[in-house]
Amino acid sequence: MKILRALWGLILIRLLRRPMAEKPLTQEEAAAPALEESERIVPAGTRERGAENLVLLFLALSTLFAIGFIVTYAEFSSKAMPNQLLGICMGGSLICIAAAFTVVAKRLVVSEELEEEYPSEHPEEQTQVARIVHESGSRITRKRLLLTAAAGTGGALSLAALTTVVSLGPSWNTGPLDYTPWRRGRRLVDENDHPLLASDIDQRTFYTAFPEGADKEQISASLVVIRVDPSQLRLPPGRAGWAPGGILAFSKICTHAGCAIALYRKPTFAAVEPKPALICPCHYSTFDPFNGGTVIYGPAGRPLPQLPLEVDSSGYLMAGGNFSARVGPGWWNVRSKPT
Amino acid sequence: VSSRRRLLRRLSPFALLHLLRGLTPIAMLLVSLDIALMAAAGAPTRAVAAPPQSGIVKPDREPSQPSVKLGSELYAGNCSTCHGIAGSGISSPRPGAGDVLGEGPPLRGVGAEAADFYLRNGYMPLGSPHMQPYTNRVLLTDKEIRSLDEYVASLGSGPGVPNPHPGQGDISQGMHLFTEHCSGCHQEDARGGYAPGARVPPLQGVNATQIAEAVRIGPYLMPKFSRSQISDAELNSIIKYVLLQNDPQNRGGWGIGNIGPIPEGLVTWWIAIPLLILSCLLLGKKLRP
Repeated sequence: MKILRALWGLILIRLLRRPMAEKPLTQEEAAAPALEESERIVPAGTRERGAENLVLLFLALSTLFAIGFIVTYAEFSSKAMPNQLLGICMGGSLICIAAAFTVVAKRLVVSEELEEEYPSEHPEEQTQVARIVHESGSRITRKRLLLTAAAGTGGALSLAALTTVVSLGPSWNTGPLDYTPWRRGRRLVDENDHPLLASDIDQRTFYTAFPEGADKEQISASLVVIRVDPSQLRLPPGRAGWAPGGILAFSKICTHAGCAIALYRKPTFAAVEPKPALICPCHYSTFDPFNGGTVIYGPAGRPLPQLPLEVDSSGYLMAGGNFSARVGPGWWNVRSKPT
Repeated sequence: VSSRRRLLRRLSPFALLHLLRGLTPIAMLLVSLDIALMAAAGAPTRAVAAPPQSGIVKPDREPSQPSVKLGSELYAGNCSTCHGIAGSGISSPRPGAGDVLGEGPPLRGVGAEAADFYLRNGYMPLGSPHMQPYTNRVLLTDKEIRSLDEYVASLGSGPGVPNPHPGQGDISQGMHLFTEHCSGCHQEDARGGYAPGARVPPLQGVNATQIAEAVRIGPYLMPKFSRSQISDAELNSIIKYVLLQNDPQNRGGWGIGNIGPIPEGLVTWWIAIPLLILSCLLLGKKLRP
């Protein structure tokens, strides 16, 4: 709100300054040409005050639209954000700027063109042309005011565009991204909260699992669970015993852009077909489950985090600890171990 | 001394044109990246099914009704090169009929379900075991397919040909389940596409039985789904949704045949952007003195 008040202040100052800013300029203008009148080659350009006012009106409208954007963004929560209103504000602001520029181009900038080639060999003619350019250049009477208005509008629009950055959070606290609900002993359940029996996990298919009694929407909650032939496992050192009976669990969130690992490629006849892999359908990042989820194809930059598994006394699957790495798409410090 | 002309040029719509000229290589680069992505997605796939060059071997005189005996004769002539004697499978390449180096999975216990699926859409017989089985012309008659189904079913206890009832399904549930389990490869509109290592077949013109079979057996690289993962009732809903995609409701706009987001994006790059550049060129030409 402070920013808004400051903005309003700026606009008010500008509006108040308008009549004052005009005077010295006209005096100057009146005085200056009188001296040089006799020497002028080109008569002074006709003043277009009406066009200037139009430009100022458009710039003011544009500023109002930009402020409207900021107010709308501040008023509504992210879930109830009226996108249409935001769009109208941003669009309106840009259209008004375009209109202001159009008026400037059509009515304020002198658009005459020299017919002949630019004289290069005659220094006198050169200076003459330069003077023509210099003298006939302007129909503008309130240059400083127009520039201030344009700068103000540009500032308001930039501010509006930057407002959205606020949603990144009041601080750089990335703690919630580190949180995972997985602890040793926490059971795996399916989407209907039924615990998963280790004996029910088949080869050649895949299952989605969640932590028992935790929020399923959390980025680190969902798992993709598969069973492979234990003799083919080549898990990285330190992960012995993470895959009881060849059952593997990985984070279902791709480490590239955070899509769900929704494909499990399994060969029907392993001798001639591509080997099993977990694949993200968004950009085809392909992970090798035998090797602890290492990337074998596609844009992902780091392995799929693996969750150690154990089987409890009743035969249900449970977590044997936390993930092998941070869950989710790439961001700063993501390579470090989970907290 | 600054040239007035240069100043004018800077202010005119030429400026936009120059800007766009500068951007064109970037646009082209993006387009080629797009194509490269598509090619990369398609690259690891292998040759797609063709029937064996030796053709189909059939007995001289076929009985009027489907029978296990006819099935066994057809199996010996057309399948045993890869699947081995009595469905035992061949794990290391071995020359067989038509000089094909045969190798293939065992068929004991796969049941009539898998046999019916692979034969009715022309996946089998396959010219070479290194090809991806793909929808193809069916070279066997209905009687021959049923005989082979019976023969494969007799090799070991396995599931029979399913009998789904898509009429009992719910389209909304079907779409939900299809999105969750199938659309990653087959796309939301069941038009198919690519996955690393395989061409994904489109599901248009596929009948209910084949969809049910594919879900249960998981042909080629597709995972199989058991009844605990997708119940028969849920399968009915999925089938109903897939069948609806044969003739989807079109809500207007230019769908470009629902060919999917990447080709649609390419159309934008190749048609919309050239139009934009063209209009800039024309605009610039008109204003040139």
